[in-house]
Amino acid sequence: MIDRHILSVTVRDRPGVLVRIAGLFARRGFNIESLSVAQSFQPGISRTTFVVSGEDATIEQVEKQLQKLIDVIKVVDHTKSKYVDRELMLIKVQVDTAEDRVEIRQIAQDFRARIVDVAREALVFEVTGDEGKLTAFIDQMQVFGIVELIRTGRIALPRSAADPKPGAKQARAA
Amino acid sequence: MKGAQVVLKALERQGAEVIFGHPGGAIMPVYDALYDEKLRHVLVRHEQAGAHAADAYYRASGRVGVVFATSGPGATNLVTGLATAQMDSSAVVAVTGNVPLPLIGTDAFQEADVYGITGPITKHNYLVKEVNDIPRIVAEAFYIASSGRPGPVLIDVPKDIQLAEFTGSFEVEVDLPGYKPTVVGHAGQIKRAAKAIRGARKPIMMVGGGGQTAFEEVNTFAEKTGIPVITTLMGIGTYPAGVPQSLGMPGMHGTVTANRAITHCDLIVGAGLRFDDRVTGKISRFAPNAEVVHIDIDPAEISKLVRAHVPVVGDLRDVLPRLTAELGRLDIDEWWETLEEWKGRYPERFKLDKPLVSQEVIQMFREATGGDCVVTTEVGQHQMFAARLFPTNRPRTWITSGGLGTMGFGLPAAIGASFARPGEPVVCIAGDGSVQMNIQELATIYRHQLPIIIAICNNGMLGMVRQWQEMFHAQRYSEVYLADSNPDFARLAEAYGIDGFNIFDRETAAELIPEVLARGKPAVMNFVVYESEKVFPMIPAGAGVDEMIIGDQEPEEADLATKEVKVG
Repeated sequence: MIDRHILSVTVRDRPGVLVRIAGLFARRGFNIESLSVAQSFQPGISRTTFVVSGEDATIEQVEKQLQKLIDVIKVVDHTKSKYVDRELMLIKVQVDTAEDRVEIRQIAQDFRARIVDVAREALVFEVTGDEGKLTAFIDQMQVFGIVELIRTGRIALPRSAADPKPGAKQARAA
Repeated sequence: MKGAQVVLKALERQGAEVIFGHPGGAIMPVYDALYDEKLRHVLVRHEQAGAHAADAYYRASGRVGVVFATSGPGATNLVTGLATAQMDSSAVVAVTGNVPLPLIGTDAFQEADVYGITGPITKHNYLVKEVNDIPRIVAEAFYIASSGRPGPVLIDVPKDIQLAEFTGSFEVEVDLPGYKPTVVGHAGQIKRAAKAIRGARKPIMMVGGGGQTAFEEVNTFAEKTGIPVITTLMGIGTYPAGVPQSLGMPGMHGTVTANRAITHCDLIVGAGLRFDDRVTGKISRFAPNAEVVHIDIDPAEISKLVRAHVPVVGDLRDVLPRLTAELGRLDIDEWWETLEEWKGRYPERFKLDKPLVSQEVIQMFREATGGDCVVTTEVGQHQMFAARLFPTNRPRTWITSGGLGTMGFGLPAAIGASFARPGEPVVCIAGDGSVQMNIQELATIYRHQLPIIIAICNNGMLGMVRQWQEMFHAQRYSEVYLADSNPDFARLAEAYGIDGFNIFDRETAAELIPEVLARGKPAVMNFVVYESEKVFPMIPAGAGVDEMIIGDQEPEEADLATKEVKVG
């Protein structure tokens, strides 16, 4: 069965590591739906989050192949346990009339979207949430006209119950 | 001390003794430093050959092979060699020069993105950006190349780094948080494996290239349990073919007995192999009744193609003895009766009702050497004939390009193997097609007077392609004919200063082979053989193991002109 998986890949911050990972996905025919990369709290270590879809066996192979890369420290498939995920979106919505402005702001409030830029013809919102929420917000805004939007891609962490040993403490103990 | 010297000192500290390579502009500082060093350098005539030689040096000795090349074309010439080493899990460290750092990315003369190009075909690679990192990077490269599942590592060193003044230390620690090969097998999994094996009535063991490091362990396991043993193309030499427990090679051109055993067995102990498609044929028809115990050091190979019921990740040298300790002799007499019947019915055989054939030439080499030599092969029909008729008795003595199937591998591999095992006879079984892909290395063989015999099974054709065209492409022989423009191989050898022989009949072959072997000198023996010979059995590409075409291995086809051979 084809499912979506969120993979967290902890990597050493080395030049070329992202190319290596992207190359691996490409070569083995795995599709990346979204990808986000940023530094972790440990110096020299980055955390990347991939959303990939595929059959279980395929995803297992992705994980193992990633794990084989020397600069990859850890691979976690969040979808195997409980997790929280979020995505950040910046969206510029067209504002034609005063009524529209009121209505857009009202909807934004319902979504807890923050206004980050105000202009006469457009508003820019910052929206955070899971995928469903972002999609719903986009749907709502479509009637007014979306000028531009950008999304960070999903990031995720396991819920605490699923990971009783926090990484930070482990690192200190070591 | 300059970076270039640091590279050499760091290699020496890792135990490098022999380096294969070819100089050029961007690696000249290293070659300049080499002028004063003890390190032995073997000048090859093409970088690809250097990579193959380094690869074979590892395969023959277990010591990391080292190859040098310059930037751009030098480095891109390594690509086939690195990919070959990667596919067959061979520990190679390649050092390439590159244009100075400030010129990288500017399309400078002889510049190529070597780091980018070699990423997918190496176990790991480096672009050195700081001279003081060299000792650490070289140490890491050797460790990564030779530990876990071995593989090639490339170190790209820009020329300005080679010329930079070194102020660092050689005392380095290898700390790779993302690289911790699992060597020790999980105790619970080993127990589960033992239980499965004890319960089997029709088990087989399949040993792959991973077994080259675990000869004793494989043999002790087989001896104690009495399990039938199949060795894959990469596993030849890990279990002596002459032992009655050996069923030979599986797969596309495997023995009838090995392939039937796979189809009928109820359990496979897969040890250090990756169930390559040339072994399995169509996966859904592979060993349909078998429970699979898969022991491998690379977790990514477990259940990649064939689902493992009992996976054991670990080094065979750890896992097999522990598994052996759990087991006694297996109760499989009935299974052996069946296997013996197949083995009796299907010995290796070939027909002599035609001119000289490759099989008999190869068989003559086996007889003359007793299998106690190093065998390298090129790729094609001769490779399959050699795998079946000329398996060696000891590990690390059978050297062939299995995964990548690289034509042009065998000749330079013979050079690497010869440096790894000085004085031992090396026989390179070649075809007239493959041998021309790195024929320039006859110069290297001459230069070092290596005891290598290149036995060309010359059918004037790209034989394996011809075989497929005959069987699957309606005898449309497209671009396989070589005979009209092959060189006179004996005279070619002589032009390089090497003894050359053109041999056309079986009497001369039988006479000359032992004689030339006894000389202990380089020689090219060109055997002009029957052009239409085919390799059987054969499992057509995409077919199941049970759909094997037995062809001339069928006893009904046998007559007085058939020679039956006991291998080993």
